[in-house]
Amino acid sequence: MLQVARWRIILVAVVAVLGIVWALPNFISERTRESWPDFMPKQGINLGLDLQGGSQLLLEVDVETLRRQYLDNVADQMASRLREAEIRYTGRGVVGDAARIRLVDATQMEQAREALRDVTRSRVTGATDIYTLSEGEDGLIEARPTPVYLRDLSRQAAQQSIEVIRRRIDPTGTSEVSIQRQGDQRIVVQAPGVSNPEQLKDRIGQTALMTFHMVREVSPEEAASGLTPPGAMVVQPYPGVGDRADVVERRPRFTGERLVRASPSTDAQTGEWVLSFQLDSEGARIFCRITRDFTGDRFAILLDNQVLTAPTINEPICGGSGQISGNFTLESARELAVMLNAGALPAPLNIIDERTVSASLGQDAIDSGAVASLVAVAVTVGFMLLAYGLFGIFACVALVVNGVLIIAAMSLIGAALTLPGIAGLILTIAMAVDANVLIYERMREEAQAGRGPALAIDAGFNRAMITIIDANLTTILAAMILFQFGAGPVRGFAWTLSIGVITSVFTAVLVTQILVAWWFRWSRPKTLPI
Amino acid sequence: MSWWPLIRLLPKKTNFTYVKFAVFAASFSIAAVGASLVSMFTGGLRENPVAIYQESEGSPLARIGSIMEHGFDLGIDFRGGSSILIESPSPIDLGDLRALGGRLQEGGVEVQGTACRPTDSPPYCAIINFEATEGGSQVVEELRSALPQIGDGARIINVDVVSGRVSEELFSGGLIALGLAMLLMLIYIWFRFEWQFGAGAIMALLHDVILTLGLFSIFRLEFNLTIIAALLTIIGYSINDTVVVYDRLRENLRKYKKMPLPELVDLSLNETLSRTIITGSTALFALVGLYYFGGEALEGFAIAMIFGIIVGTYSSLYVAAPAILIWGVKRGREGETRVTPQTAP
Repeated sequence: MLQVARWRIILVAVVAVLGIVWALPNFISERTRESWPDFMPKQGINLGLDLQGGSQLLLEVDVETLRRQYLDNVADQMASRLREAEIRYTGRGVVGDAARIRLVDATQMEQAREALRDVTRSRVTGATDIYTLSEGEDGLIEARPTPVYLRDLSRQAAQQSIEVIRRRIDPTGTSEVSIQRQGDQRIVVQAPGVSNPEQLKDRIGQTALMTFHMVREVSPEEAASGLTPPGAMVVQPYPGVGDRADVVERRPRFTGERLVRASPSTDAQTGEWVLSFQLDSEGARIFCRITRDFTGDRFAILLDNQVLTAPTINEPICGGSGQISGNFTLESARELAVMLNAGALPAPLNIIDERTVSASLGQDAIDSGAVASLVAVAVTVGFMLLAYGLFGIFACVALVVNGVLIIAAMSLIGAALTLPGIAGLILTIAMAVDANVLIYERMREEAQAGRGPALAIDAGFNRAMITIIDANLTTILAAMILFQFGAGPVRGFAWTLSIGVITSVFTAVLVTQILVAWWFRWSRPKTLPI
Repeated sequence: MSWWPLIRLLPKKTNFTYVKFAVFAASFSIAAVGASLVSMFTGGLRENPVAIYQESEGSPLARIGSIMEHGFDLGIDFRGGSSILIESPSPIDLGDLRALGGRLQEGGVEVQGTACRPTDSPPYCAIINFEATEGGSQVVEELRSALPQIGDGARIINVDVVSGRVSEELFSGGLIALGLAMLLMLIYIWFRFEWQFGAGAIMALLHDVILTLGLFSIFRLEFNLTIIAALLTIIGYSINDTVVVYDRLRENLRKYKKMPLPELVDLSLNETLSRTIITGSTALFALVGLYYFGGEALEGFAIAMIFGIIVGTYSSLYVAAPAILIWGVKRGREGETRVTPQTAP
């Protein structure tokens, strides 16, 4: 071993240089980094939200509502198929986890089965049997989605929601907000630097489903009595925009899916802020027909079942565009436009976990983490120097290389450094010298057993190797488990721990070996200095 | 400078007789593990585990989980609810704050004054905790808008809202992680050594984990996600220590085929003693640094780790190694004879 193979020296040199290059961005100001040539890495260590301050929200798709909406839809489909097949039905609705419909004449079951055949096929994936149809004796038909399909549905909803949320909270695509799916039905939103997530939550919290309904005119007494005509519902005004409750048809004439664009503008006559919207061709056609058929009546535009506006139709509107007037300001009109343009969420999202750390608290965590790390390094270096003298210096050089490699690896991978991650680093620093200690102690033993320094050094490295590998693989196992099960900051800890273990074995073994070999060839000692 | 490097001061050969004290150590360990378990399952003798078991719902495993929830001062990660840190340039009247909290949510409101961490910021801080409810996030927003009632310039600097469901998942996830980690270690050691070693290592790991959990249960220290991380790290450290001892034991088993097992264990422990001392004290010093300078958030982690490293070192010497004596071990390649322990602990 005292003749260290050339490839090892080259390997160490290359890794060390790469390490320095990748670690460099952390120590250079942003301005200098910008002026670097393209091949130089510019990515520093990514600080976790607990260190840089910001908000994290964990959202969950409201699966219950999603399933209800979906079953409603299925019941509609079944009804329309039966209508087309001229089979009379009754009792259409959703009960528990199934959509059901009842044939008036139970003997028509055979035809009904034929008519409903392709309802069980997914329109999106083409998969068959996404739900099971069961038939009761008295003409009752139930459609029950399979658990697998329901899970797909919520995963799909989460995926769609991510896009909608991104358009809502980051319409220009410039902020550093990160939005990711977690599991089947959850979404993590991380907004660095946001210490008041109120606006964030407001924007995420709304479904923002825009619907167009006809207004059912009822007398004030009827409205006050709370009795609504069949197929109608009472809707409250949208906070800050609408001004009165109304009774509208339950079924929307069309929905916000037909909306192409909404934008704030001013009304040509009054000069007030209004919200202009543009419908697609299908929407324009429906809108034109409604406004022609119902001239003189009122129709209502609802957002999340609250009235934005309910104007009287003065003349047919066939251009496909219109405007919503209310008590808008530029700010509120713009806010609403963002929501409408982003589209509706497929299902409501519930906030199930929220963490906010102010920037000052984060900075404080960084400061104390830095002090603690420095103390740990100082203690470890001091201890190694005191305990092993010259060989301690070798261990410290290895430790410095180790530190550079850890920083480089963290920057390269882009894993977030969290507060527990800093704790992991400190522990890694202290544990990194364990490999050195194992090697040195082995050398001491071999020397004591009567071997000359060269043989003792050689045996020290070789024999300690097995132990080092056994000992460190087990730590990696623990880190892997942490990574699998840990959440947020704890994951950051798992990252630093595993990166630290790998780099520390590399440096403690290879770097120290080279240093010891060089020293030995240079000084030819008669006895080991430890 | 005859004293430097210090390593020369460590005797090159030590002859401690560990095995002789094994019985004493075993009784001590059993007593400590027993006390820890009692504290975990009775909430420090404050509660009746049988009653909790009967009252709680779900599978037997979930019920045992809820008994353990009573045994700890669970942090917000595992308990669920909202914890909000407020800072203010003027003194915060805790009574006012409690009244405000009571208006926002009925019951389950807890208020306490606390030291502010960023030393240059307004000097008055308070924590208000709400029990877990459906609208946890909503309460925070209401509190934010009502804060001026508490004092001008009062503001929220830290918010944690964890719904009950998430906290349960985190708790069970943490326990699963602990169990899985130990299982993997068992398999690894079994694979690399022999089953006796695997069993001994697991005994040592269980010992460390239970004692550390006991520390948190008995002294009612806050138990949160970071502590799970600390426990897993302790497992990593302890197994590391144990593997070093076992490695030497395995080597000596091949080297001294005739030496009685207890002597062999003593020899191996003595040979690895200097490494145990140096690595252990380096880690300890670094962690003491973390405890003093790492800030409040890492205090629990540092306490758990310091305790865990001491216990982990002890368990490698006095649980993992003597455990080999209980079951004996196959010696040499040709000899299938099993050496029976001469002094069982």
